[in-house]
Amino acid sequence: MGLVAAAFCLTPLVLARLWAAWFSPRKPGAEKNAAYECGLESRGEAWVQFHAGYYLYAIVFLIFDVEALFLLPFAVAFTQLPTGAVVAMLVFVLLLVEGFVWAWRKGVLRWQ
Amino acid sequence: MDEGLRSELSKQGVFTTTLQELYNWGRRSSVWPLNFGLACCAIEMIAASMSRWDIARFGAEVFRPSPRQADLMIVAGTVTKKMAPMVVRLYNQMPEPKYVIAMGACAISGGPFKQGYNVLKGIDRYLPVDLHIPGCPPKPEALLHGIMKLQEKIAAQPLTGDGRPRHLQADAPAEFPVPAYGPYDLTPAKNETLWRPAALERQNAA
Repeated sequence: MGLVAAAFCLTPLVLARLWAAWFSPRKPGAEKNAAYECGLESRGEAWVQFHAGYYLYAIVFLIFDVEALFLLPFAVAFTQLPTGAVVAMLVFVLLLVEGFVWAWRKGVLRWQ
Repeated sequence: MDEGLRSELSKQGVFTTTLQELYNWGRRSSVWPLNFGLACCAIEMIAASMSRWDIARFGAEVFRPSPRQADLMIVAGTVTKKMAPMVVRLYNQMPEPKYVIAMGACAISGGPFKQGYNVLKGIDRYLPVDLHIPGCPPKPEALLHGIMKLQEKIAAQPLTGDGRPRHLQADAPAEFPVPAYGPYDLTPAKNETLWRPAALERQNAA
């Protein structure tokens, strides 16, 4: 049964491939075979390395993204919150701020 | 096949066709355009693809974001000299058989910007345009009419002989030269094999 199912899938693919190999009008060229499809010429290698500074930026952004996610419900429910919840939230925010201050002082936000 | 015999057979309920008709029927019934627009004509093209005009009736609703999958390039809008190399390169990346529609006055001749310094005076200087749709911009109906005309053109193309489409001609060019930015203008300013301006004949030359 599985064999029939596999053949059912593969046969049209193989037939299409054979059809293309025999009948397709092939006209290759340097422009046509270029990797980039935006109309612009590709420059340099595809295996480029990204600056490590970008990684740090991304991490710092992610931290604040998550923090904003928590800050919004915190702000909405602010007036009804018990003291314990406010203190817990303050600790959470201060932990993040501490990390932010550390990253800032380390010069992570300065692009070089 | 003889036309008379064919019509006689069809009266008897026997439908006959030729490989050429079958082939062209397949080609003309699924003309996939390349998904790109250059100016206001593109808005009309988008409107033509929406439910009110519904380009899907002509099998042309599948706007492809990659030139590798497109059959038709609708040059919808003003082609600036900065954009012209990209347009030609995208056309080169489309697989054969491929067709070009110059939609609107700008793509045909530069339109209202013809006197400007930065607008190409017609995309047919670089690309083999199959169909011109005049208008500024043309209505969606005009684009649909253009697609119907293109389908008629595809259906009428023989697979053998002199009138056969370019992809069946072994010596036809696979790519068209992409212009580059020169010191003053695009170089070359036109593709000499494609674009020949009408020569003026002065009758009362002094």
